[in-house]
Amino acid sequence: MKLITTIVRPDRLAEVKAALFRAGVTGITLTRVSGHGGEQEIVEQYRGTTVVMEFHEKVKIEMACSEPFVQPCIDAILSSARTGEVGDGKIFVQPIERVIRIRTGEVDNAALTAVNADAVQREALKHVQHAGAGAGAGEEES
Amino acid sequence: MNAAISAGDTAWVLTATALVMVMTVGLAFFYGGLVRPKNALNTMMMSVVALGLISVQWVLFGYSIAFGHGSPLWGGLAWLGFRGVGVDPDPAYAATIPLQAHAMFQLMFAIITPALISGAIVERMRFRAYVVFLLLWATFIYDPLAHWVWGAGGWLQKLGALDFAGGTVVHISAGVSALVAARMLGARRDFKRTAIVPHNVPLVLLGAGLLWFGWFGFNAGSALAANGLAALAFTNTNTAAAMALVTWACLDLVRTGKITAVGAATGLVVGLVGITPAAGYITAPASLAVGALAALVSYTAIQIRATTRLDDSLDVFSCHGLAGAAGAMLTGVFATKLANPAGGDGWLAGNFAQMGVQLVAVLATVALAALGTAVILTIVKATVGIKADVRAQLRGLDLSEHGEEAYFGEQGAIAGPGTALGESVVVSAVATEPLGAPATG
Repeated sequence: MKLITTIVRPDRLAEVKAALFRAGVTGITLTRVSGHGGEQEIVEQYRGTTVVMEFHEKVKIEMACSEPFVQPCIDAILSSARTGEVGDGKIFVQPIERVIRIRTGEVDNAALTAVNADAVQREALKHVQHAGAGAGAGEEES
Repeated sequence: MNAAISAGDTAWVLTATALVMVMTVGLAFFYGGLVRPKNALNTMMMSVVALGLISVQWVLFGYSIAFGHGSPLWGGLAWLGFRGVGVDPDPAYAATIPLQAHAMFQLMFAIITPALISGAIVERMRFRAYVVFLLLWATFIYDPLAHWVWGAGGWLQKLGALDFAGGTVVHISAGVSALVAARMLGARRDFKRTAIVPHNVPLVLLGAGLLWFGWFGFNAGSALAANGLAALAFTNTNTAAAMALVTWACLDLVRTGKITAVGAATGLVVGLVGITPAAGYITAPASLAVGALAALVSYTAIQIRATTRLDDSLDVFSCHGLAGAAGAMLTGVFATKLANPAGGDGWLAGNFAQMGVQLVAVLATVALAALGTAVILTIVKATVGIKADVRAQLRGLDLSEHGEEAYFGEQGAIAGPGTALGESVVVSAVATEPLGAPATG
């Protein structure tokens, strides 16, 4: 089991989410974050005040995956989040010691298998084919 | 009903009065959008409270001091409580409208003028001190000054100073007082420590739009009649505002490569300030020059101010003091009897002496406003206390001064409204048991 944490551009979020759903990763957590990396700073002007925005808005997505899903998950993020410009983000992969599903008390891999995994995937694929890179099924709320 | 009253004139002046009233609300939005969210209400309230306080002051004694038939220096106390201010016209002001229409129209000017000053002292002045300051400033600076320039027998009026709608009385006086107040109050705790940027630029644009809208009442209404002069002032007002907006945008483009929304809003307001004294005395082409020059002066001043330690937070001195002074002097340049036979001639019409008269009016206004503000603030400082302490400033004056927030749940909470974390715990509702809370000892 691995915890995959990725930081991506907010404007790629819809594509990343669709790609993750296609790859069968449906349990994700989103956070709006600000970060500093290699990107050029944005400069804003308000009358006489010049402001350099040192931190860029990013989205952090966290997913716990069982081993067979780790590489497909990484591939999905790489294919959907990449623009080729500085600031595309990072993927971090860490081992997980234990996972427990609160509702049932199931542990580890059993806890990581989505109850409706198949249905969600089919739905996501259908939407992606219809609306291109539009929002997939099961809109995630942060 | 007095036979001399004109229905058209009265209708226009009452309409213009309502337009000028909206300007103070517009100013609240303009200033409110330019500050940080934790001070948005406090900043807007500084304008809104003037609508209440000055209206009361005006009826009780303000109008009498400003417009009573007193001496050249003040109007006296004959009209206390609006005694004698009836529905018949007073030919000294306007022969065709009820005196009460004149009184209400002038009230709206008396309200917005001290509210303009608030832009220089936002995010740090105690609200109670501001309210006391507001009342004293209106009584001891605005009212006498209005009498000097517009009152029956006022000395600047006798001198022949041209100020159509309040370039000296409203804008120079407010701008200079703002400079003095910013200096005496000192800078905000965060000034030059962290970036302080406008929290809601759409509000700034809304406010600037309302100011432009209301300014038609301010300037065209100052004709005090529905006639050609009102149309001339209307035309000049719009033209100068537009020219200043365009000029400001060009200056922005040259300096930073981008045209900004805050710049457009500021530019149009500065154009309106510049045209205020000139609106009824100059021709439309001249108003183009007034708009452009006012914008140039103000833009330059803002850039210079930003490099200093002076925390005139919303640049009231640059936008109102300097643009107002530029407008007053340019009135002396461009005024012509071709535009307004009842007005005067300026430098370009062969009357260079008018420049001297304009300068006297500007300097007299600067002197009264600067000295008066210094005295009033010294008194307020010694009695009520003037500056919010560091903790209050960090927390925001909305909470520390008013006990409420512009954006509920924003301040101190980990997330904004609409999220579970942003919702506050009700601490004082009637008979509530904390639901699901673990029992504590």
